[in-house]
Amino acid sequence: MTLTLINLTYLIASVLFIFGLKGLTHPRTSLRGNMLGALGMLLAVVVTLIDRHIVSYEIIFIGLFAGSVIGIVLALKVQMTAMPQMVALLNGFGGGASTLVAGAALIETIHGEGILNAQFTIATAASGIIGAVTFWGSMVAFAKLHEIISGRPIHFSGQQILNAVTGLFSLIIGVLIILNPANTDLYWVLIIISSVLGILLVIPIGGADMPVVIALLNSYSGMAAAATGFVLNNNILIITGSLVGASGIVLTRIMCKAMNRSLMNVLLGVTGTIKKSAISADEFYKGRVKSATPEEVAMLFETARRVVIVPGYGLAISQAQHAVRDLANLLESRGVVVEFAIHPVAGRMPGHMNVLLAEADIPYEKLKEMDVINPTFEQTDVAVVIGANDVVNPLARTDPKSPIAGMPILNVDKARSVVVIKRSLSPGFAGIPNPLFAADNTLMLFEDGKKGVHDLIAALKEI
Amino acid sequence: METLIAVITIFVLAIFVGFEIITKVPPILHTPLMSGSNAISGITLIGAILSAGTKLTLLTTVLGFLAVIFATINVVGGFLVTHRMLKMFKRRE
Repeated sequence: MTLTLINLTYLIASVLFIFGLKGLTHPRTSLRGNMLGALGMLLAVVVTLIDRHIVSYEIIFIGLFAGSVIGIVLALKVQMTAMPQMVALLNGFGGGASTLVAGAALIETIHGEGILNAQFTIATAASGIIGAVTFWGSMVAFAKLHEIISGRPIHFSGQQILNAVTGLFSLIIGVLIILNPANTDLYWVLIIISSVLGILLVIPIGGADMPVVIALLNSYSGMAAAATGFVLNNNILIITGSLVGASGIVLTRIMCKAMNRSLMNVLLGVTGTIKKSAISADEFYKGRVKSATPEEVAMLFETARRVVIVPGYGLAISQAQHAVRDLANLLESRGVVVEFAIHPVAGRMPGHMNVLLAEADIPYEKLKEMDVINPTFEQTDVAVVIGANDVVNPLARTDPKSPIAGMPILNVDKARSVVVIKRSLSPGFAGIPNPLFAADNTLMLFEDGKKGVHDLIAALKEI
Repeated sequence: METLIAVITIFVLAIFVGFEIITKVPPILHTPLMSGSNAISGITLIGAILSAGTKLTLLTTVLGFLAVIFATINVVGGFLVTHRMLKMFKRRE
């Protein structure tokens, strides 16, 4: 009877999770969706506590309490600009938990609790590998994004061979576990090797490729939960894990498409090995770049009717979202139409820019996707690029030999005038110069994003 | 074998449901989607609770305890941070 109640509640929780995700398909229903998901989780946890196998509650409640405190502090303290590393961290904890649960289940089963069959052993090995890769991969991603270690791609000779050997090795240990599950030490060997694999897989990836990694790790954390579901023969884990696994894969595909690169190409960190272009950046820009003062840029705005703001990772670094909001409001009060052009991979995770701009109270109707905004640049008087580089580089359209050739970009160069707020002419992640900065219709405002926007606002008010 | 087919059926169907729903999520909500879906993947928590509470061996209890902490951080942190973000999208209405 108890078991029936538990399983029925799990079913209800699964349905709530699905409705919760469905709620996320529109900003209006999203808040309710998230709450439905949380309600499903609460129901699942409460009903699990009545399971007759549980002999002691102290440890469970201490764990729940400690985890809740840490989770609440993290969630309330994190800045919106730091959301990519926050998600990486949470992904890691989820994957790590799955691995630990599968390990505990293996030991319990060897002690005679539950059935030891092929499904169990295969799933345990899978959960061990995926979970450990997720945990350590996420920790490296977190450290890179939080700049505890360098965010640049790390390469060394023989890297790909080492990765392949490590991956193969963990598979072999996985097979050994399947053949001889009674030797539980093998599981810990598997965890160690998979942990090394997780670290090795993420260190060659950096900078602008991070959105792909975050999305992929998101998918892994779901798959680890699904694998643990097969270990425990538990439907809700399988359902939820597959939902999240699928979600991460969809996002990974969108990110790869937005960079015109294959997943393999990103995972192997190919961009980092691009050789330097024939002419140096100095020669490229020499005598062609027009540096402007805030006053000169403000003059442009005076006659503008339509302005499009293009945010990039630089906006996040300099925390310029509130300043940008003030600029947009000021322009609108003068009758200018202001919209925002969001490239799918702008920032360090999918949707990063949208969250930042929403934080600054910019209504989401003004945040336009690339395909929607691109045809409108020709009717745009001023395009303002703040801290973006590769995603507005026209070489992607014009130079088939460029490392970003074929990558869909925001066609900022088609606007009547372009203003780029950027500290220097330093290249973006692709490591190539950007002809946009040297274009006839471009003015460069060499300044930190936030300071530059503030200066612009001050200059505009003077007029 | 029967149960294996049953769980694989559920697995495959759930993947399809996931693809169907997620492809409809607009790019502006991709970050909350990640943190929110991440929170529900913390469902491993129920497995962790069972391992921690069954107290079969010291090792399984310790593993279960750590897993409860990890999964709870994932669940509580994930839902809460998603809530924080979504509230910002909602504010104007």
